Parts: sequence; C-alpha cells; structure tokens
Amino acid sequence: MSGSDKVWDDADPERLYVITGGRSGDSQGGSIGLVTLIVSQSVPTAGMQPEHATIVRMCQAPLSVAEISAYLHLPVSVVTVLVTDLLAESRVEARALVARAQLPEPSLIEAVMHGLQKL
Amino acid sequence: MDFKSSDSLSPGTAGPGTVAMGGPATRTVVGPRTEDALPASATAAVKIVIVGGFGVGKTTLVGSVSEIRPLTTEETMTQAGVGVDDVVGVERKTSTTVAMDFGRISINDELVLYLFGTPGQQRFWFLWNGLFQGALGAVVLVDTRRLEVSFDVIGRLEERGVPFVVAINSFMGAPDYPTEELRTALDLPDYVPIVACDARKRSSSRDVLLSLMRYLHSLAVTPEPS
Repeated sequence: MSGSDKVWDDADPERLYVITGGRSGDSQGGSIGLVTLIVSQSVPTAGMQPEHATIVRMCQAPLSVAEISAYLHLPVSVVTVLVTDLLAESRVEARALVARAQLPEPSLIEAVMHGLQKL
Repeated sequence: MDFKSSDSLSPGTAGPGTVAMGGPATRTVVGPRTEDALPASATAAVKIVIVGGFGVGKTTLVGSVSEIRPLTTEETMTQAGVGVDDVVGVERKTSTTVAMDFGRISINDELVLYLFGTPGQQRFWFLWNGLFQGALGAVVLVDTRRLEVSFDVIGRLEERGVPFVVAINSFMGAPDYPTEELRTALDLPDYVPIVACDARKRSSSRDVLLSLMRYLHSLAVTPEPS
C-alpha cells in the first residue's frame, strides 16, 4: 500500500462537510485536544452515524483524538466535532490532558523521565 | 458529489491499523491492533513536539522510540494560499491537508506520552496552535546543512514561550560543527541544551527526550533565566 497519503488526498471537503453536518471543529483549543484520551461508555447502537459508531467501537480502550484521527483518516478538526457529539450524549468520556499552567509540575516531569529511562 | 461518507473505511482503501473482516455482512474493523490498545487505567496524556525541516529525521526519531508504528494525522489548511507559491487549482480545491506523524510511549499505567513531528517551515505554523497547547516542550531537530529553517523555528518557539532543546541529527556528509559554533550560529542562549543524536537509534532518541525533560525539570524547580 502506498502509505496513508493517498487516503488523505481522497478526503475531499464535500465528504468532510457531510460527516460533520457543516460544523467546524474548534482548532484553537477548547476542551478537546490532540492527546485528550477518549473512552467509550457504551457500545454502538443501530441508527448511529457510521463515524460515531466507529469511534465508540474503537474507544473501548482509551485512545487519543490524534489516534482516532489517524485510524479514521479524518482531520483532527472533524474528529473533534464527532467526539463532542458523543460526549454530549455521554456515549464516551474524555480524560483531559494534564494542564500545563506555565510550567509542568516537577513530579510530572520526573514520572516521564522514569518512564523514558525504562526504554 | 459523493455522499457515501464511509468510503475510506472500505477494505480497498484501508490504511495501516485497519483490519478488514471477511464477509459482506461483517463490518470493517477500524482501530488499533489489540496489542496497541492502551490499558483502561490510562488517565492522562502529555505531548512533546519534534520540529524540523523536511527530511531532517523527525519521523525517524518518533519511530525509534514509539511503542506503536508511527501514525499519521492531519490538519486542514483553509486560509487561502498561506505562503504557498503555487495557486493553480485553488479555485477548485479550497483546503489543503498537512500530515503530521506521531508516536506513543506508555510512561506508566496512567500516563501516556505522545510525540508529534511537525514541519518547521513558516507555511506550516498554522498547525502550531493546537499542537503546542499543553505541550511539555519541544525538540528542534537540526540539519546543519540547512540552519535557516531552524533559525525561524527557534525564534517562533521563543515567541510562544515553549521550552525546547536543540538536537543535531548526525547525517552522512553534514558538517560537524562544534556545539558552541552552532550556538552562536543559531543565536541560542547559554541555558538552552544542544545535544547530538542519531535519530535511528532508540537509545539516542530517548536521550534527546531525557535531555528535554531534565531541562524542563530545571526550569520547574528554579526561576526561569532572564
């Protein structure tokens, strides 16, 4: 397979417009970011939009918005819209990014260092 | 116009990580392989951004330390012709997509680290808002043959207040500058670490990340240098 580039090229604007119903994601931030972990609280049900159902199925184990975007071959902004829908219906839960106020907590940095040293 | 919104989920165009299950009645399964699933205990994620010009080794670095095969996500550029020379066809296609490769390292049962590679050229800076929001810091991956890209990136990171380290990827045939010469060339303050690395090697890439974390730690426990 010639990589995922081909698939991305096929993601034409019209298709994305249909999936989101013309809504656009908040690319400036908001509560959902690239590494917000999404976890399903339910299983897919009949009548769900296919993309919604796929996300619910995919997120039985926690998955970041970036990973959902990669597996669905949809832009992050589109995935953000879809995940926001699912959050509103309590079908998924969002586990928030560790907020960085100004600088991260030393304890968080130490945890990451320990993890990296095990590699 | 094509309204079949699930076209890209069909087996024919399935990408990495997509497993097609046989039989017309069976739905295509899209998502991570079982072994790539995070534990249910994963509650928080942090990210580090790897910035550098084309071909400098961002994806190589991400791939060498990632526990999953690097994935590709994308963002859509909707502003008309931002720094893009070729505008032929703009009237037909109103958006351009830019791919970002990323990888993942499980730090412990609760914490996950994501690494995003992003192109450093100015025309891709529109990606940076979402990318750097909440990021721990950045690694500027430098090709000593093309310092000018790094120069712009470093200025931009300083403007945004993103802490970063500079990593020199060892290339065949790239000039081997002494660190202090590079520091002068890149106009870097003394406190910003410069490290050499071989992005193909897991241990070397890990050490780059560790030097960023040590630097962040020093910033977190001592007042920011003025």
